[in-house]
Amino acid sequence: MATMPASASDLFKSFKLKTKQQELLIRVSILCLVYILAFITRLFSVLRYESMIHEFDPYFNYRTTLYLTENGFYDFWNWFDYESWYPLGRIVGGTLYPGLMVTAVLIYRILRFLRFAVHIREVCVLTAPFFASNTTLVAYFFGKEIWDSGAGLVAAILIAICPGYISRSVAGSYDNEGVAIFALLFTFYVFVKAVNTGSLAWSLASAFGYFYMVSAWGGYVFIINLIPLYVLVLLITGRYSMRLYVAYNCMYILGMLLAMQIRFVGFQHVQSGEHMAAMGVFFLMQVFYFLDWVKHMLSDTKLFQAFLRITVTCAVAVGGIALGLGMVSGYISPWTGRFYSLLDPTYAKDHIPIIASVSEHQPTAWSSFMFDFHILLFLFPAGLYFCFKRLSDATIFIVMYGLTSMYFAGVMVRLILVATPAVCLISAIAVSATVKNLTVLLRSKNKVVQTGSTKGSGGSKSSSKALLDQSQPFQKNGAIALLFGAFYLLSRYATHCTWVTSEAYSSPSIVLAARGAHGNRVIFDDYREAYFWLRQNTPQDAKVMSWWDYGYQITAMGNRTVIVDNNTWNNTHIATVGRAMSSYEDEAIEIIRSLDVDYVLVVFGGVTGYSSDDINKFLWMVRIGGGVFPVIKEPDYLVNGEYRVDKGAAPKMLNCLMYKLCYYRFGEMLTEYGKPPGYDRARGVEIGNKDVKLEHLEEAFTTSNWIVRIYRVKPPNNRW
Amino acid sequence: MEAWIRARVTLALTLFALLFFVSRSSPPRQFVISNAERRIDLSSHIINVHLTLKVENTGTRPASEVVLALTPTEVDHLAMVDALAIKGKQKKTTSVRLEVKPTELPDAPPIDAKYFTIYLADPLNSGESTTLEVLYVFMHFLEPFPAEIAQSESQLVFYHDTALILSPYHIKQQTTFIKTPSTKVESFIRVEPTNRVGTEIKYGPYEDCPPYTISPIHVHFENNSPFAVVEELVQEIEISHWGNIQVTEHYTLVHAGARHKGVFSRVDYQSRQFSNGASSFRYLLARLPARVHSVYYRDEIGNISSSHLRTNSLKSELEIEPRYPLFGGWKATFVIGYGLPLQDFLFESSDDKRYLNFTFGCPLIGMVVDKLTIKVVLPEGSTDPSPVVPFPVEHRLEAKYSSLDVIGRTVVVLEKKNFVPMHNSHFQVYYTFNPIFMLAEPLMLASAFFMFFVACVAYIHIDLSIRK
Repeated sequence: MATMPASASDLFKSFKLKTKQQELLIRVSILCLVYILAFITRLFSVLRYESMIHEFDPYFNYRTTLYLTENGFYDFWNWFDYESWYPLGRIVGGTLYPGLMVTAVLIYRILRFLRFAVHIREVCVLTAPFFASNTTLVAYFFGKEIWDSGAGLVAAILIAICPGYISRSVAGSYDNEGVAIFALLFTFYVFVKAVNTGSLAWSLASAFGYFYMVSAWGGYVFIINLIPLYVLVLLITGRYSMRLYVAYNCMYILGMLLAMQIRFVGFQHVQSGEHMAAMGVFFLMQVFYFLDWVKHMLSDTKLFQAFLRITVTCAVAVGGIALGLGMVSGYISPWTGRFYSLLDPTYAKDHIPIIASVSEHQPTAWSSFMFDFHILLFLFPAGLYFCFKRLSDATIFIVMYGLTSMYFAGVMVRLILVATPAVCLISAIAVSATVKNLTVLLRSKNKVVQTGSTKGSGGSKSSSKALLDQSQPFQKNGAIALLFGAFYLLSRYATHCTWVTSEAYSSPSIVLAARGAHGNRVIFDDYREAYFWLRQNTPQDAKVMSWWDYGYQITAMGNRTVIVDNNTWNNTHIATVGRAMSSYEDEAIEIIRSLDVDYVLVVFGGVTGYSSDDINKFLWMVRIGGGVFPVIKEPDYLVNGEYRVDKGAAPKMLNCLMYKLCYYRFGEMLTEYGKPPGYDRARGVEIGNKDVKLEHLEEAFTTSNWIVRIYRVKPPNNRW
Repeated sequence: MEAWIRARVTLALTLFALLFFVSRSSPPRQFVISNAERRIDLSSHIINVHLTLKVENTGTRPASEVVLALTPTEVDHLAMVDALAIKGKQKKTTSVRLEVKPTELPDAPPIDAKYFTIYLADPLNSGESTTLEVLYVFMHFLEPFPAEIAQSESQLVFYHDTALILSPYHIKQQTTFIKTPSTKVESFIRVEPTNRVGTEIKYGPYEDCPPYTISPIHVHFENNSPFAVVEELVQEIEISHWGNIQVTEHYTLVHAGARHKGVFSRVDYQSRQFSNGASSFRYLLARLPARVHSVYYRDEIGNISSSHLRTNSLKSELEIEPRYPLFGGWKATFVIGYGLPLQDFLFESSDDKRYLNFTFGCPLIGMVVDKLTIKVVLPEGSTDPSPVVPFPVEHRLEAKYSSLDVIGRTVVVLEKKNFVPMHNSHFQVYYTFNPIFMLAEPLMLASAFFMFFVACVAYIHIDLSIRK
């Protein structure tokens, strides 16, 4: 740098890199490639369909982001949304995690400032892949922190393409999880770094990481419980240190204060049962510190033992009494249903049908573990073994993270997402350690043959290995075979991930694609057809009643008021809609009129064979409706415990509003060649009630493939 | 029935007024129309009226201004008026386009009327005669009756006019032909002699009509042609001197016919297409320039997958289908965008200026546009833009910031109301542009990357730690 090279050979020499620089160059270029890979592997859906928002919740996020860009932050914060939960409305600013929207708008503003004429939709679509790329970087640093840079690199690669993470971060899935996994991993990484260094700066960073996580996703509860648990384990295993004290206290206090700034979270950190563990551990830390100090002051061990006993008893008693008082007085709220259902997988099924009705809240099947983790599922225990072999503060953390999140992943399908970073990191340790051991084996032998010992510390090891080699002559070949095996497995993993991403996780679920008779791609764009029809051809203030799944989409794409939506905060309201759908028409019309509904929207897959339609969801409507209104009884809709829509169906089923709306004039329709008219392709039966007459509702619109059917509520008849 | 009585009362009153006023008012009575023939085409919702006038100068001085009269309602719906002078004998006729301007007549007319003046190329001497062909195009002139129809009904409309041509001149002989789209005519007012054959109703011939004689008629008939109206079309033409013209068109489409009422039944619509939704429409055809590329068709909530593009070397046709069939009163908004090669549309003029030569119009075929806005986005750094349009339009300048723009691009905005396909013609926008500006954005990007790398190098080599 300082002097210019004098001659050409010098010039050439100066370009020749030292080993360390070479290593850096390789590492940086691998990381860059991984960064890009993580981004582009998530673009399947954009290439195959279009740059659009996927599924259900992202539409709400998109709508709020749009509102934020148009009206600014203060309006957003104070936004009372009249378009959902009619007639109750929703205080949007106080009932959402704003992290995602603020992030997207920030990116949008920066790009705009740099004079890139992007649309906010493109930013929203690409936010999740962008943050997935950033997560790979964090995974690298995290891996480096707990093991070594090799493990970090492997972790970055594994997490870049891991289907468990891709499922929630493809382009277009503009959901909280997209940024939250980044925030989660970042918080953990910085916290571990803070524990390792005892640096106030790092723990401050982890407090801010925690703040970002709180602002982005309700899953922050996992952090605020895992970290105290980790601290507790360290305390119990006698790993208490000043570093831990600094890291935890700073992170907890600042993180808590910052988190209170989010309106949706508010004072939960001091008032909710879910956050009490963190507070308990915080006080325990102070007791520990105090005891440490006393121990330092007192020279007499016996005296200290007695003091210890008294203090610990007092502390536990005071803590217990405080908690008990808080609970009794109602200052500390008990655990919520969601939290219970995490600890006890059967809880939701018995008590909260609305949680149990969501498919992503179901317990995980083995196949989906295999689907989402592939070889990581086998590498995970191996990684745990390596972690236990080299126990440190950092490895204890990752082991705890891995084990707890694996448990939660088993409870709920969607929590596979939380487990993914841990699984990737632990598997990366396994891969990295194995490959490193094997290559060391190979190289050390060569070294012994060629030059003997070259390095001071490595020399003794390699010579001992060389001794070992003589006893096991096939070790080198074995190592080569194992290496090949490992690379084969990893390459299988890569193919599997790509396949899963392209086949399973890149469908927007708004647009359905199927193969036609001649192998061509047929697109069913019925959802948007219906929503756009609503948007253009109904009065501006029309109220649309549908099952809650479609609420967000109707408000975002149809721009019309809905009765219930995917923010399932009011169970009674949802149950009312469920009751209306499962009553006879003249009973339902009373409910419909009382809710001031103008249009009723149902989703019906009988013509196309689309199976996740309202008829298949209907039993949940009955259950949720029956949970609040006992007049609705599930057995009325079943025949011998069996759910059917054909001639053998229960009479109540054949005449309830949902059945009528779905099958109105369907009896005239020939859906499949060689089948009678009114043949339901989704359920493979001929429907039982072909002569559906509607009295108070009339068909307003049906999409070209019948997937969405909209009915208009007729005004009451004149009385003369 | 009531309408019938009202029409008769109006007629009586008008005739009475005429008798009273006819001797007193004095418009430029130099001409006499010896023969007038009017052909009214009602087959779509764009009404074409072809008027052939044989004008004779009976005054003493040569005159060159022929006045046409229209009722105020007609003027409100008038999209364009065009006049041709026919010269020559039977076989060898040549036509010359004449200037037509709206005018006010100095003296009060006997009935409420608006005037247009045709300026003849050569003054007509006393005693001479010439043949003029006038084309009126009206839009939104058919009144759906009943105003609301169900899905299975077909659309009936009213056409109001007068059997006698409104004119400030004496007309010696006149005939009117009204062509309806089908033979289904519910009713029409007879003003004898009236004759109806097939799809044509013939009024006349009427002899010796004094000035300002009218005789209101209406025709009530079936018209199921798609009443597709673009309420607003904003067309943005962005020129890049790197070789591309990007056109983006925002449509607000509406079915302006009889409003749909009651049920929309998909079963009926799918299985009985001819008797159901006869007046609705599903397909639209857009004629795009040849060599069009990267065509897209979308709306606020995403791509619309139902479109087909057919290209050949002369023209491209884009068949689009809105998300749902449009019934009366239903709306749809969408965006069509496409790229075009620059060399087909941008030329250099002799005075070192460049000019864009583009079609002023709506690519959708047979479409009426209530408000058409064309925005020509010139490249950054271009100066003195001047549009040249063959008919009067409003124009103004705007600025637009596209990617990597610092000073913004000049946008020439042209606005035209009541646009019909007959308006389709070329327009030019002249501007000066220094090619050096083309390099501004690549240089900016290159320097930004250069700075980034320099910053990286600096960061690696500078030791920022305070410890030694």
